[in-house]
Amino acid sequence: MEAAGVSNATDDGFYEATARQRVAALLDKGSFHEILPPAQRVVSPHLKELDLPVAFDDGIVIGEGRLDGRKVFVAAQEPAFMGGSVGEVHGAKLTGLLDRAARDRPDGVVLLLDTGGVRLHEANAGLIAISEIQRAVFRARAAAVPVIAVSAGSNGCFGGIGIVARCCDYVVMTEEGRLSVSGPEVIESQKGVEEFDARDRALVWRTMGGKHRYLIGEADGLVQDSAARIRAAVLPWLGTPVPLDLDSLTQEHARLALRLEQFGDAQDALEIWSRQGVKAPQDLPGLDHEAFMNIAVPLRNSSHA
Amino acid sequence: MTQAFPKKSTRQWNTLATNQASRLQRARSISLNKVVAATDTVALLEAVLEPLDRVCVEGNNQKHADFLSQCLAKVDPARVHGLHIVQSNIALSAHLDIFEKKIARKLDFCYSGDQGIRLAKLVKQDLVEIGAIHTYLELYSRYFVDLTPRVSLIAAQSADADGNLYTGPNTEDTPAVVEGTAFKNGIVIAQVNEIVDKIPRIDVPGDWVSFVVQAPKAHYIEPIFTRDPALITEIQILMAMMVIKGLYAPYEVSRLNHGIGFDTAAIELILPTFGESLGLREKVCQYMSVNPCPTLIPAIESGFVKGIHCAGSELGMEDYVAGRPDVFFIGHDGSMRSNRAFCQLAGHYADLFIGSTLQIDLEGNSSTATLNRIAGFGGAPNFGSDARGRRHGSKPWLKAGQESARVLGSTMPRGRKLVVQMVETFREKMQPTFVERLDAWQLMEDFRLDLPPVMIYGDDVTHLVTEEGIAHLHRCATAREREQAIRGVAGYTAAGMARDRREVENLRDRGIIQRPEDLGIDPRLATRSLLAAKSIKDLVQWSGGLYNPPKRFRNW
Amino acid sequence: MEHLEYEFGPWESAKTGGAGATVIAGVVGSGNLEVLIEHCASNGQMRVSVDTSIAGFAQTWQAVMADFAERQRFGNVQLTINDAGATPAVVSLRLSQAAEQWRLQA
Repeated sequence: MEAAGVSNATDDGFYEATARQRVAALLDKGSFHEILPPAQRVVSPHLKELDLPVAFDDGIVIGEGRLDGRKVFVAAQEPAFMGGSVGEVHGAKLTGLLDRAARDRPDGVVLLLDTGGVRLHEANAGLIAISEIQRAVFRARAAAVPVIAVSAGSNGCFGGIGIVARCCDYVVMTEEGRLSVSGPEVIESQKGVEEFDARDRALVWRTMGGKHRYLIGEADGLVQDSAARIRAAVLPWLGTPVPLDLDSLTQEHARLALRLEQFGDAQDALEIWSRQGVKAPQDLPGLDHEAFMNIAVPLRNSSHA
Repeated sequence: MTQAFPKKSTRQWNTLATNQASRLQRARSISLNKVVAATDTVALLEAVLEPLDRVCVEGNNQKHADFLSQCLAKVDPARVHGLHIVQSNIALSAHLDIFEKKIARKLDFCYSGDQGIRLAKLVKQDLVEIGAIHTYLELYSRYFVDLTPRVSLIAAQSADADGNLYTGPNTEDTPAVVEGTAFKNGIVIAQVNEIVDKIPRIDVPGDWVSFVVQAPKAHYIEPIFTRDPALITEIQILMAMMVIKGLYAPYEVSRLNHGIGFDTAAIELILPTFGESLGLREKVCQYMSVNPCPTLIPAIESGFVKGIHCAGSELGMEDYVAGRPDVFFIGHDGSMRSNRAFCQLAGHYADLFIGSTLQIDLEGNSSTATLNRIAGFGGAPNFGSDARGRRHGSKPWLKAGQESARVLGSTMPRGRKLVVQMVETFREKMQPTFVERLDAWQLMEDFRLDLPPVMIYGDDVTHLVTEEGIAHLHRCATAREREQAIRGVAGYTAAGMARDRREVENLRDRGIIQRPEDLGIDPRLATRSLLAAKSIKDLVQWSGGLYNPPKRFRNW
Repeated sequence: MEHLEYEFGPWESAKTGGAGATVIAGVVGSGNLEVLIEHCASNGQMRVSVDTSIAGFAQTWQAVMADFAERQRFGNVQLTINDAGATPAVVSLRLSQAAEQWRLQA
């Protein structure tokens, strides 16, 4: 008997997978070598002080491997541990990985991000970690190693790591993924529920979700939730760093200034999409991937100058 | 000796009709029409109600006569007081406000859920006198015996100028309430979302309705039957596998009811995958008496479930249900008709009930009652009890009957309904499900109830399923065997650890306890990839876009 | 947090991968745990170390680990667990996942 619509959910989906499963699914089989693995027990000293459970890897898996035969470094945040948040050790692992990339020059660094941002429990240590990570991203980029951010998880990519993601060469997202700085609850508590109702999930995804980020030029790629498709999106970017010099930055500023002119006064993403030429913007969130891409690709703002 | 016949009777035999006429006469000073303005509703109620009246306020799982309830809470207690409320669901604060204001005094009901704590407080303060806590079928029956409402406040989707009502997919309790009231010269007042020229179909004839009010706001329907597949755990999937392979398959269960919960949602979602791999399509689960839960969509689409009769509807499922008229009960207008009384009846006589619970004692009695709260029963006991009056045979009923340990000295073979409780041994925060003594006993004392509020009785339960395995309690010949069988699947709880190891091993040898491996199930294969749908979005896709999830369940 | 330690066995060492082989299963999320299995020279004992966020269940942990140890009979191994309130059902599941991986390392 034919079903009306069998689920497109694939078995290699990222969304529900753990960090370890994501790394294994992304890289060539058996190619992953973990740096600072669990057995080394480099755990958070702060959480112990606060009488909270620690994780052997402090919620981030880092290491080296191969993606279609090409040498890459990978970091994957574990969404279930402390909301994927960045603590001192977690941040240091990420910074160290990027610094090693600047030294060893793999074809790319892939960051599988799934985080609410700074781990507030670790206060200043977490905040400092973010700035160290940012600097390290730029050191890797200065060494012509492309850094690729992936936001495909349930926590989204928020806070300081949201900023980090946009310091990277490329960003790829799925529809379920989100990318922003302040999270929905923070915006609501700061600006009031009339301004932003955090429980209005459709609003949240319209504002920060993968589809909107792709359309407005914050994400370079939008793919369906599958390791194979994320791999396929990342592959062409390996060995293809985006220039980071005065010229490219000036152009980027011009691109952003123009975008601000175009959409700065818009009250909702629906207005933005309408101005971009989308005929029925209210339908976009409900469209399946293919239908969405047919509309989005020709109309979207470019993500690079 | 001649018979002495009584003199020609002087008793009046039509007092109810006379009384009804006088109420309607009083109402004429408020409204000459059947359709009454919303602003006149409080005055209308004060005119038609009399002190000590028995009043039914329609409260279903979802649809509520909320505007009429709010108006009732605004009547002048000097004119209307001491009401006896007969109501299936106490759900809104207005339902209890009338007691605090002394407009109402006595209460007969079924289920109070969220209002359970407040109800308990009001009882303690002697503001509410509880007649009895009923199951749904019991209360509906008493509308036709000794609890017939004098005035009923009901809710419908729409009405025409003649007072014909359309109740649509969420018909729920309305037929039971209206029939009892209208045919004992009672007064039926309906709130509707809109008044139209022509209603899609006539669910309640205008003849039975005294007044219609258009509520200022449409009655809100809460989506309480929707379970997000994203929240289903591996342990629930393991238990679901055991249920399908260890119960549905060998007993060939084709007619059943699933109590709402994530555990049963897991069963529904692995029928198209695990159930299919066992070759069970068209062998199990063909007919269900249950609300249209979205998690049923894959099982329907893949050909497992052929027919569903519903007690009510579910928000977001309207178009899907209308698009599957071969499966659901649909009016000629294309929308569903539900009926809680008939659904409960069908479930009562079905082959199997399965549901979860909060506490189980060592006789197998289970309860969701918790301290300081009067929650009631709803319909679970109607589904979750052996139907001793049943006569027609079916494979599962006869098989379970044959397997049941005989009462000493009886020779008569009986059939038996499968009543299954499905629980994890520990709940959140390591609270054990298995306890020596149910909280229900304390509640009986605190609120001076006739009996401890047990949801499913141990002697009705045939099977207990936990992550540790299945216990076939119906095969236990003695209380001791039953107790050890329960301990044998109670895992590492105190109750489980106190088991007699040898007795439990013996029960396992006899097949009264079956572990997952005895059923050929490897717990490591109980992963979420077995779910036919892992998210609300997957369900939408399975439904071909017909399922329209409420806002809180979607991000688009 | 409560720290618990147990020792079971002794048994012969499970024939598994090289000296440095380790296995990890699970994540430290609410209601979940991670378990690390490593070789250790412990005269054939299985050593278990648990850090759990719900105190007061030492007896339960003892029973669960004893059953696991008896079933697997791994000698000269160290199990280390970071637990964020998993029920015995989840604990048993993760342990069996880890045990399967450990055996595959042979």
